[in-house]
Amino acid sequence: MNAIIANHLFKSFEKGKIKALEDISFEVKQAELFGLIGPDGAGKTTLFRILATLLLAESGDSSVDGLDVKKDYKAIRKRVGYMPGKFSLYQDLSVEENLNFFAHVFGTTIEQNYHLIKDIYQQLEPFKTRKAGKLSGGMKQKLALCCALIHEPSVLFLDEPTTGVDPVSRKEFWEMLKYLKSEGITILVSTPYMDEASLCDRVALMQKGKILDIDTPVGIIEKYPKKIWSIHASNMYALLQVARAFPNTHTCFGFGESHHLTLNHDAEDYDAFCQYVQEHYKEPFQIQEITATIEDCFMALS
Amino acid sequence: MKLFLAFITKEFKHILRDTRTLIILFGMPIVQIILFGFALTNEVKDSRIGILDYSKDEASQHIIHELDASRYFDIEANFSNPQQIDQAFKEGKIRLAVVFPANFRHSLFQQNTASIQLIADASDPNTATTVVNYASSILKSYQDEVLGEQTLPYTIQPEIRMLYNPQLKGAYNFVPGVMAMILLLISAMMTSIAIVREKELGTMEVLLVSPVPPILVIVTKAIPYVLLSFINVSTILILSVNLLDVPIQGSLLLLLGESMLFIFAALALGLFISTITNSQQVAMLASLMVLLLPTLIFSGFMFPIENMPKPMQFISNLIPSKWYFFIVRDVMIKGLGFKCVLKESLILVAMTIGFVLIALKNYKTRLE
Repeated sequence: MNAIIANHLFKSFEKGKIKALEDISFEVKQAELFGLIGPDGAGKTTLFRILATLLLAESGDSSVDGLDVKKDYKAIRKRVGYMPGKFSLYQDLSVEENLNFFAHVFGTTIEQNYHLIKDIYQQLEPFKTRKAGKLSGGMKQKLALCCALIHEPSVLFLDEPTTGVDPVSRKEFWEMLKYLKSEGITILVSTPYMDEASLCDRVALMQKGKILDIDTPVGIIEKYPKKIWSIHASNMYALLQVARAFPNTHTCFGFGESHHLTLNHDAEDYDAFCQYVQEHYKEPFQIQEITATIEDCFMALS
Repeated sequence: MKLFLAFITKEFKHILRDTRTLIILFGMPIVQIILFGFALTNEVKDSRIGILDYSKDEASQHIIHELDASRYFDIEANFSNPQQIDQAFKEGKIRLAVVFPANFRHSLFQQNTASIQLIADASDPNTATTVVNYASSILKSYQDEVLGEQTLPYTIQPEIRMLYNPQLKGAYNFVPGVMAMILLLISAMMTSIAIVREKELGTMEVLLVSPVPPILVIVTKAIPYVLLSFINVSTILILSVNLLDVPIQGSLLLLLGESMLFIFAALALGLFISTITNSQQVAMLASLMVLLLPTLIFSGFMFPIENMPKPMQFISNLIPSKWYFFIVRDVMIKGLGFKCVLKESLILVAMTIGFVLIALKNYKTRLE
């Protein structure tokens, strides 16, 4: 049985003017770490809210743990953990008070499920009397995860849990997710960071309310149809202009420290491209072939 | 039960950790009572007056002395010509000028009639009338004194008794008004803001995706405010009895019971407001517009309802605080029993049930 099933979900806001979800279908297996990857406004939060029984889809049906999100919403609410995108704990309560309160909400105690949250909670423990509003971004998210885990949910919904979190905490957070997965918890997680996609079992690439592709991270990268090069020089902006001006350039995007380049006829155009850049850019530059990243795939699909 | 307690504890922590809320909760009743008791009063006391005495005889001096001795007047100036009176009014130095003509005593006792001119600043008509009335009554008492034992052949002697409030104290009227206002504000506004805050901060979203019945979230929000409102009622009553000398004529138990009823009505109203608003600002504005202004205007504690046009009178019936104001006035000031406020109490009960039903109907188990 699949832990999460979404079947042709549609949802729009403001009387149909804004289409948040258009024909979304996917399935998440039990104990799978499934990622929703997409930029802001892709419809990730809406999808989370529908699956977490907070919103009703206009059409299509979906189920969590075999329970219908519309009919059996009360039963679902007992067995899922939900962490909204915005920090949603009580800022004026301390770490310990928040955790205790949510344990009560789910009719359990911290001790009962301590094994699940032990790793994160130990990091939080030195700050347990601190007000939640005064924690750093990473600590806040760890606390929120603790609160969402306190009742040992079978399915965990995490809406952009690592947004605004420092790289070290992000890494720790994903290690935690891996551990939870090994404990048999199904996790649906969304992120705007493409580099986190490779940490999921499978990902769905989302944009403008549609799913572009669903596959394992490796599968998505393997599907990438073209050769891809990274180019680098001292004047990156001028290089981008020149690279884009080359008639057989397919795409050229800035990717942090380098530009990622694809050519219309792949290797056939390579020499011509190098010559063209040498003529027009006039200064030395480096070019090397690389394997595509999820972000490249995302750009190619959208 | 454990869950219930966890929610209540959480709610108290929210309130106790928020200094702003605390100041509003406990500062407002005290400030309002003191404000209305000492600053915002429509009683006329120590009005400044000026005297222009052309006669300077025994009779005029006697009357001037009486005026000065009364607690309503302070003699601010003695004039020597009418231009000075004009000047004093223009500068706003005096509210009333008393002018004695020359030979005042002579004409009074020889011709049996004498006139005194009272000039009042009628830019504030109510005060002007009151001041003139006070002055007239002092003049009349002098006249009675002069008449002595003589009796006129035909006289009507009105025997006036001011029931329930013999000293005509403003406090008798505004204490019930302030109680209605404060209870409504604290119960309705603070509760609606507290609930909407959960929506705004997103914690409602988390609580919705939990096994907790939403009604529990709402009810536990309201309970601390019931307690706090009750403390406020007690504070106001203690202040008004000890500081403003407004006695509780009727049964204290009945008064407290009726106050609880009104607190519930206001809470129900607050719940209703919280179901239709999504941000704290809107909830606060809605509470102020829907609760505070109508309470001031329509409860009858500032403006008599009988004088309003019919449609306004009709609207006033929809304001819960009007009924509570009547109850408090009847029980606390007039000392009436439960039978006399039965109608008002039933109306409040009906309103409470109505608001709760609408709130429950509006309450969403989802986000939209």
